Amino acid sequence: MKPYLRAHVPTALSEIPDATAYEAGYLVTKNAGWRSVRPVIDTARCVGCLQCYLYCPDGVIFPKDGKVAVDYDFCKGCGICSKICRPGAIGMEAEK
Amino acid sequence: MSLNAATLDRDEPFYGHKACAGCGGSLAVRIALKVLGERAVAVLPAGCMSAVGFNFPQLCFGCNAIISTFAGTASMLTGIAAGLRAQGITDFQAVGFAGDGGTADIGIQALSGAIDRNDDILYICYDNEAYMNTGIQKSSLTPFGARTTTTPAGKNVRGNLRPKKNMFEIVAAHGIPYAATASIGYLPDFMRKVEHASKIRGTKYIHVIAPCPTGWGIPTDETVSIAKEVVDCGLWVLAEYENGNFTLSYRPKEFSDVRSYLKKQSRFSHLRDGDVETIIRSRDAKWEAIRKNFTNRQEVLS
Repeated sequence: MKPYLRAHVPTALSEIPDATAYEAGYLVTKNAGWRSVRPVIDTARCVGCLQCYLYCPDGVIFPKDGKVAVDYDFCKGCGICSKICRPGAIGMEAEK
Repeated sequence: MSLNAATLDRDEPFYGHKACAGCGGSLAVRIALKVLGERAVAVLPAGCMSAVGFNFPQLCFGCNAIISTFAGTASMLTGIAAGLRAQGITDFQAVGFAGDGGTADIGIQALSGAIDRNDDILYICYDNEAYMNTGIQKSSLTPFGARTTTTPAGKNVRGNLRPKKNMFEIVAAHGIPYAATASIGYLPDFMRKVEHASKIRGTKYIHVIAPCPTGWGIPTDETVSIAKEVVDCGLWVLAEYENGNFTLSYRPKEFSDVRSYLKKQSRFSHLRDGDVETIIRSRDAKWEAIRKNFTNRQEVLS
């Protein structure tokens, strides 16, 4: 299963489990704020080779309609996808 | 059918972690867990991947995962495999992800013991060539000449004086059922090795080179390209050991320039021509031994 953001973030003492961790896949924070640049997919140039999806350390690029899309909640803007893209379909744009 | 980007499981079992942007180690863990599927039980000792995966209350693994003692990755894997077997559970893969320090320095006796018992576990060492989590201290897998905080580069001593420990052949010397080396720059090769290892009973060891932008001094987008280049210039060898035989997975037709590989990284920026010559000589000596002792596997890497 893919870890996902929970609607409720536990804060009260009674909600804290006895174990050292919550259940598998328990996310409470995004990583979007880490980014200074963001990858932007040019779907016209994307050939759907999926190399960006394969080599993304965070797994935030996913196949969609024969092309790819980015989960901007968790992308850290490292730029590996842009560099590995042979058709040059991924540009890195400054975050505003 | 061989594993590639299109045939790989679309599920993301390692997601939302707090690794640095462009982290090679997290890519190795993500891909290995995608190959192994959700029946994997991951063990992570102290190190980057436990520090970034278990930020309370977060748990960034979609499969079962636990932190072990620094020295005890392999022994905890043994315990997990035994515990699950005792409960009648058999459709699992106990997999450990330890860094270079957790494998070649601190965890080597536990690993050696597990191989000796031939426990049915998969041990993956993601090698970023220093203790990156604590701020870049030398490990025994730090290569010659690399600058770390404990092997600084000065006027007289220029970085690490000792060569990288040959962990792959040390593990193979145990007579382990399967051992392999890989690089995150060549993921189809790594995926094939993880998948192959998961089908073998007994102890399996995979050593994957996983560059660290922070510790190596490279831009975050060069992690993958530098992991390709270290293989292309001959300083890292993709190979397998099975049934007592060493097999070369990939032989570069012609080595790319070692100097160009080194100069891209600030950890090697202080090296002089003589140091580079030393590195090239040790590479050539290593490949001389490989030509004698390893057989070739014809494989096209993409």
